[in-house]
Amino acid sequence: MTATLAKPPVDVSAEPEQPRRKRDVGGFLNWVATHALGLALGLMFATPVVFVFLTAVMSDDQAFTSNLWPTEWHWENFVEVFDKAPLFQYLVNSLTYSLLATLGMLLSSIPAAYALAKLKWRGRNVAFILVIGAMMLPPQVVAVPLYDTWSSLGLTGTLIPLIAPYFLFDAFSIFLLRQFMLTIPQSYVDAARVDGCSEFQALVRIIVPMAKPGIAATALFCFLFTWNDYFGPLLYTGEVKDQWTLSLALATFKGMHIVQWNSSMAVTFLTMIPAVVLFVFAQKSFVKGITFTGVKG
Amino acid sequence: MTATLEARPAPGRGRARARHRLAVLGFMAPAIIGFVLFFGYPLVATVIFSFTKYDLINAPEFNGLDNYTFMFKDPLLIKAITNTLWFVVVLTIARTVFALGVASVIARLKSGVGLIRTLCYLPSLAPPVAATLVFFMVLRPNGGPVDSILGWFGVDSPLWFSDPAWAKPGITAIMLWISGDLMIIILAAILDVPQEQYEAAELDGAGPIRRWWHVTLPTISPVLLFGIVNSVILALQLFTQAVVAGSAGSGAADATGSTKYLGFPDNSTLTFPVYLYTQGFRYFDMGYAAAMATVLFIISFAVTIVLVQRMRKNSTAEEGGPGA
Repeated sequence: MTATLAKPPVDVSAEPEQPRRKRDVGGFLNWVATHALGLALGLMFATPVVFVFLTAVMSDDQAFTSNLWPTEWHWENFVEVFDKAPLFQYLVNSLTYSLLATLGMLLSSIPAAYALAKLKWRGRNVAFILVIGAMMLPPQVVAVPLYDTWSSLGLTGTLIPLIAPYFLFDAFSIFLLRQFMLTIPQSYVDAARVDGCSEFQALVRIIVPMAKPGIAATALFCFLFTWNDYFGPLLYTGEVKDQWTLSLALATFKGMHIVQWNSSMAVTFLTMIPAVVLFVFAQKSFVKGITFTGVKG
Repeated sequence: MTATLEARPAPGRGRARARHRLAVLGFMAPAIIGFVLFFGYPLVATVIFSFTKYDLINAPEFNGLDNYTFMFKDPLLIKAITNTLWFVVVLTIARTVFALGVASVIARLKSGVGLIRTLCYLPSLAPPVAATLVFFMVLRPNGGPVDSILGWFGVDSPLWFSDPAWAKPGITAIMLWISGDLMIIILAAILDVPQEQYEAAELDGAGPIRRWWHVTLPTISPVLLFGIVNSVILALQLFTQAVVAGSAGSGAADATGSTKYLGFPDNSTLTFPVYLYTQGFRYFDMGYAAAMATVLFIISFAVTIVLVQRMRKNSTAEEGGPGA
C-alpha cells in the first residue's frame, strides 16, 4: 500500500486493479450468499430425517410431547420394534422380491437392450417406442386383467405376480441399459464380429464388461424400485399378512401395531437405510443412471 | 456397419444374415413374451372388461356403455378427476420450478457441491411410504417439529393431512422433498451448457441473472420439457402418497380391509388411481375400474406421445439418424 503511494508509476497499473478488487469483494459476497443458500437447501432436505431420527430414539412418553430433542436416548427402540411386529418376516419378503426381481431383470433386459442398441433389425424403432410406452403406463391401467389372471392361477397372496414379470420384461431397465449401450462405440462390436464372435459372444465378452457401470446403475434402480414399491405388494399380497413387504407393512404401522411415534419413526428410519447404504457405495452409478434417463433420452 | 457386411465373403452372407436374425429373436424373445403377457394382453382385456359387469367371481357380463355413462353420474369420480387435475397443474409446475431452482443454486456452488447435491438427492431414494410418514410426523399439528417451530413465531400450523384444504399441498411438499432425481437431471444439463456461451454473454455485458435467463434456460429447455412430461406422468399416477397420507391422517387401524380412509380427509386425497383401485379391488367392480383404466390409458398415451416426439427429435439430432 505504502509502496503504491511512493511510486507513482504503479498507480497506472493499480487503476485497472481497483475495479477488480471491488469485484472480488462483490464476488466474495456472492460466494457467501450462494453457499449460504446451498447450505440452507441441503439442511432443508436433511432436516425431516433428523427429526425422524430424534423422535425414534425418544421415550414413549416424550415422543408424544412437542419436544424436539430427546432427553434420554433410547437406542433400544430400533431393536424393540422387531418384537412389536414381524419385521424380520417383512424384511425377508422385501429382500426376496427385490433380489429376485433384480436378478430376473438382468437376465431378461441385458440381451433385449443389446438388441435395441447394437443390432440392426426391422421394427427396432417401433420396439423401442413400445418400451417407452410400457415405461410410461401407470401400473393401474393393466391391474384389472393381470389381477384376474393371477387370481385364476391361484397365485395372488404370493410374491410371484410381483417377481415373475422381471424375468421377461422390465421396460425401465431395458430403456436405461439401451441408453448406456448406445455410448459404447459400434466399432468394438464390429471388431468382435470380424474376429468371428457370435452375437452372444460379442454381448458377453465385449458389451457386458464395457457396460458394467450402466448395468450396476440399472440393477440399483431396479432393487430400489421394488424395495420401495407399494402398489404391487398392496394389490397382490394385501390380504396375506405373512407375505407383506416392509413398504406395505410400514404403511399400516402407524395405526395398527403401535400408536407411539417413536416406534413408527424407528421403522420408518430403518426402511430408508438400504437406499442410503447403496447410495454411499455407488454414488457415481446413481448419478450417472439418473442423468441418462433424462439428458440422453 | 454396412462396411463390415460388405467386407464379408459372399457365400457366408446368407447364413450370417440368418444367424443375425436368430440372434435378434433370441435376445428379444423374453421381452416380446413379457410385453405381450403384461402389457399387450391386459391392455386389450382392460378395454373388453370396461364393457362388462365383472366382480371376479361370476363370469363377466356384457353391459354395453353402462360403465362409461355411469362416470358422468358419479360424483366421486368427478372429485377424483378434479383432484388429479389439481396435481397435474400444481405438482408439475411446483416440481419443475423447484428442481430447476435447486439445480441452479447447486450449479453455482464452488465448494461443498458433492455434499449438498447428495443431501438434496437422497430423499428421492426413500420409499414413498416412508417419505409420506416422515412428512406426516414432521407436519403433525399437535406438537410436531414444524408446528413447534411455527409456534416460536406465533403462527398456527395448518392441520395438513386432516384438513381437506391442506392435504394436497402437504402431498405436494412430500413430492418436492423427493424430487432429487429431476434436480440431478437438470443439474447435469446446466453443467453441460458450453462455457463459451456464458463468456460470450458476459462480453455483451449480461449479468448472472440475464445469463441464466438468456443462456442457461434456452439451452436446457429440452430437459425442462422432459421434467414437465415426467411430472405430469407422476401426477397422473399419484397413488402411494395419497393412500398413505389418507390412512395415516384418518388413523385407520387397517389399511387393507377398510375403505373409509381412502381419500381422507373428505375425499381430498382421492386421486384417479386411488379411486380406480377402490372400485376395482375394494368393491370388486372390475368393469367400472377397467373403464377408468381405459380413460387413464388414453390420457397417459397422449402424454407419452409428446415425450416420444421429443426423444425422436433429439436422437436424430444427436446420432445422425437411426443408424447409430
